[in-house]
Amino acid sequence: MRIELKDLEFRYQMNTPFERLALHDINLAINPGTYVAIIGHTGSGKSTLLQHLNGLVKPTKGSVVIGDRTIEAGRKEKHLKGIRKMVGIVFQFPEHQLFEETVEKDICFGPINFGVPEEEAKKKARIALKLVGLSEDILEKSPFDLSGGQMRRVAIAGVLAMEPEVIVLDEPTAGLDPRGRKEIMDMFYQLHKDQGITTILVTHSMEDAARYADEIVIMHQGSIFQKGTPFEIFSQPEQLIEKGLDVPETVRFQLKLQKELGVRFDHPCLSVEDLAGEVKRVMERGSR
Amino acid sequence: MEEKLVSLKDVTFKYDGQDRNAVDGVSFDVSKGEWLAIVGHNGSGKSTLAKLLNGLQFPGFGSILIGDMELSEETVWDVRKKVGMVFQNPDNQFVGTTVQDDVAFGLENLGVQQQMMVKRVQDALNKVKMNEFLDQEPHHLSGGQKQRVAIAGVLALQPDIIILDEATSMLDPRGREEVLDTVRELKEEKILTVISITHDLEEAAKADRIIVLNQGRLYREGTPDEIFHLEDELVGLGLDIPFSVKLSKSLREKGVDLAGSHLTEEELVKDLCALNSRI
Repeated sequence: MRIELKDLEFRYQMNTPFERLALHDINLAINPGTYVAIIGHTGSGKSTLLQHLNGLVKPTKGSVVIGDRTIEAGRKEKHLKGIRKMVGIVFQFPEHQLFEETVEKDICFGPINFGVPEEEAKKKARIALKLVGLSEDILEKSPFDLSGGQMRRVAIAGVLAMEPEVIVLDEPTAGLDPRGRKEIMDMFYQLHKDQGITTILVTHSMEDAARYADEIVIMHQGSIFQKGTPFEIFSQPEQLIEKGLDVPETVRFQLKLQKELGVRFDHPCLSVEDLAGEVKRVMERGSR
Repeated sequence: MEEKLVSLKDVTFKYDGQDRNAVDGVSFDVSKGEWLAIVGHNGSGKSTLAKLLNGLQFPGFGSILIGDMELSEETVWDVRKKVGMVFQNPDNQFVGTTVQDDVAFGLENLGVQQQMMVKRVQDALNKVKMNEFLDQEPHHLSGGQKQRVAIAGVLALQPDIIILDEATSMLDPRGREEVLDTVRELKEEKILTVISITHDLEEAAKADRIIVLNQGRLYREGTPDEIFHLEDELVGLGLDIPFSVKLSKSLREKGVDLAGSHLTEEELVKDLCALNSRI
């Protein structure tokens, strides 16, 4: 399912003294099956952007196309439920939204809400639980007796049980320790690969964006500053730094070393492994 | 002679209904003016330890000495005047409707005189560079600004020790830098001793000393240099190693002739340059 934002603008509290322009001139197409990372500072508009992706807010100008539905500025929208089933959002700290008595009931809540019969919802819950790497023996437990990492997985399973075609992740690893972060990020990548789920990751982490995404969208002051593959984006790190944006730590280090050694590597290094190899190559070349 | 400000002996704590001790026989000291980082995976007992340090929980066994006071239900209110705490979630720590009201809250509780209160609030906000935001409402602030106000709230009470309980984990990179720069300045001006509970290892790398907790026990203790030499051992504990350590290791594995590990990027760049000019 394709998502397209066309000439989109969004103002908070239109026609009030508190009116504030949050997004403008947004043109973005997300093709089915891609993994897109949206990056930007706090206040750059990335959270507002993600709320447009399943009709939580409507544009004040322009339009949002989600599959065969179009949400247009100034038009009353009905039946947004269908859109919300197709596009699942995992909000920050999703475990704060757990509320049911048992893990099973919590995961089933979404599907049942969308009209799935209870027995079928329970089946979906089991499948979703497996996708997030938890075993079935926690189904009868209270979600509040689980560890933080398990709670987060249960909350994510609740979104996956709705079988969305697109999943939007808002800082999904905030507050987790390094191992927990890697496990969750690898899990989403696996889901993306195995199930072909279109994945949209909103993050502060340039490293995660560089590692997992096919395409990176950089937001700055309410509009898209740059978009491209990680390779394209980080080939011109100076532009990002000028805007006060981060670059992956590997690229940052590469820049420092290039400056000190007075050399230039042929490509931006996006992993420690690649960077170490390049450094070695450059130094050996220097010795010849 | 370094003055001991905090001293833990065999501190053990178990939550009701749990089989395992959340904190298990932990002993260590903190010297005045030190920045101590406590790291560990989720569930390693580090947040419980933070709660024990300012009497939100009491150990089932062992003792905690703050200055010359043993922490107990009788001394807890005096101890809390010495130990301030900043928590993880910036949105959960605001009680006042404006920045200055919020910072004044703790002082009001202690019954500090109005005139004195105004001065202390101003001073505290100056120190965290939030003095221009006196009458702002908290929800207009960024995460980093909110945490700096929370730090000011602690400073106003003039404690000896500040505990940061994952205080930067919900912030964006810029907010994280803001908060850490603030704390660093306070530490350098010898205003505070810092105990920082974190899993940000880049942050821990800047501390004077690191304690690694694993499953409630003290696993290792040492300078950042010593701790990050453990490399794979840390990864095995669910932790990570700082970027420069990782890169230095990878370079050595590829046969680049570096002498040892590198705690900062600057050191690594310097060594690589030296190596390059030699060949």
